[in-house]
Amino acid sequence: MKKLFSVLSLLFLALTVSAQGYSVGDVATDFRLLNVDGSYVSMADYEDARGIVLIFSCNHCPYVVAYEDRMIELHNEYAPKGFPVIAINPNDTIAEPRDSYTKMIERAREKNFPFDYVIDADQEIYPQYGATRTPHVFLLERVDDEFVVAYIGAIDDNYRDAAQVEERYLANAIDALLAGERPDPEFTRAIGCTIKVRN
Amino acid sequence: MDFDEFSPWLSRETDSVYVINFWATWCAPCVREIPAFEQLHATYADSGVKVLLVSLDTPAQVENRVIPFIERMDIQSQVLLLDDPISNRWIPLVSEEWSGAIPATVIYSRDFRGFYEREFKFEELEAIVKPLIRDL
Repeated sequence: MKKLFSVLSLLFLALTVSAQGYSVGDVATDFRLLNVDGSYVSMADYEDARGIVLIFSCNHCPYVVAYEDRMIELHNEYAPKGFPVIAINPNDTIAEPRDSYTKMIERAREKNFPFDYVIDADQEIYPQYGATRTPHVFLLERVDDEFVVAYIGAIDDNYRDAAQVEERYLANAIDALLAGERPDPEFTRAIGCTIKVRN
Repeated sequence: MDFDEFSPWLSRETDSVYVINFWATWCAPCVREIPAFEQLHATYADSGVKVLLVSLDTPAQVENRVIPFIERMDIQSQVLLLDDPISNRWIPLVSEEWSGAIPATVIYSRDFRGFYEREFKFEELEAIVKPLIRDL
């Protein structure tokens, strides 16, 4: 009985954690997920990275599509400075066939993504982060051998028109880390597509 | 309209029950639940339930997507277009709980305020709304 009780409280704890996800300052879990090039990718593979720009992303969402070119630019600008982009597709591919692995490969080729684009096929990673939408950014900073959440939210303040952007939240957050400062703001919101699960 | 024009809808002080759903034509789960909101409107409009469908489509999509969608679905609820790209400013004004994912729905009356970042079925909406209706 005691054992059952502790299992139940552990389960409860797990559910609570998954419902809330990470806040800034939390240590982010690593993963081993299939990339569009057929390899498996973990954050630990990025041995020289000072951090990771983790973006929950997909193919079909118009808000993601609006940001694809900006994601490419961010990677090209910040990967050489130690902050590469990794895009993770968290969607169930039965619920949203446009986000299937083969469609991901097609999209990565069409857009010539310079960053890794991996699939959270078992949908076990996004709940731990507390990602709720695409695109949803988690900027991680390497501290010793761990990745610590430094910024959560949007890429910038205008999805529709890159030319109208007034605040580049994500780029500013990375710049802050590179300068040894804390991102401000460290949390922003944006409209996005829900993460698709099977009904 | 931008958010400042829209915001009075979030705090009307009347005896009605307001059901405000944020959606877009490109959002599959949103489109899937529109009939539930329509049924809510058809069943309870006379009882003081006001259903408002707030489209987050871009202005460029109004002519070729939003209006044809409204016509095809024969939508009877009121539809508004909220066009305000700086969503980080206004999302928390709708609800502090809202991450920004859609569909999302606010249901409020004088004594009640609920926020739901999820997809609804009619019976689920009805279960929330019905107890809020006065004089039923």
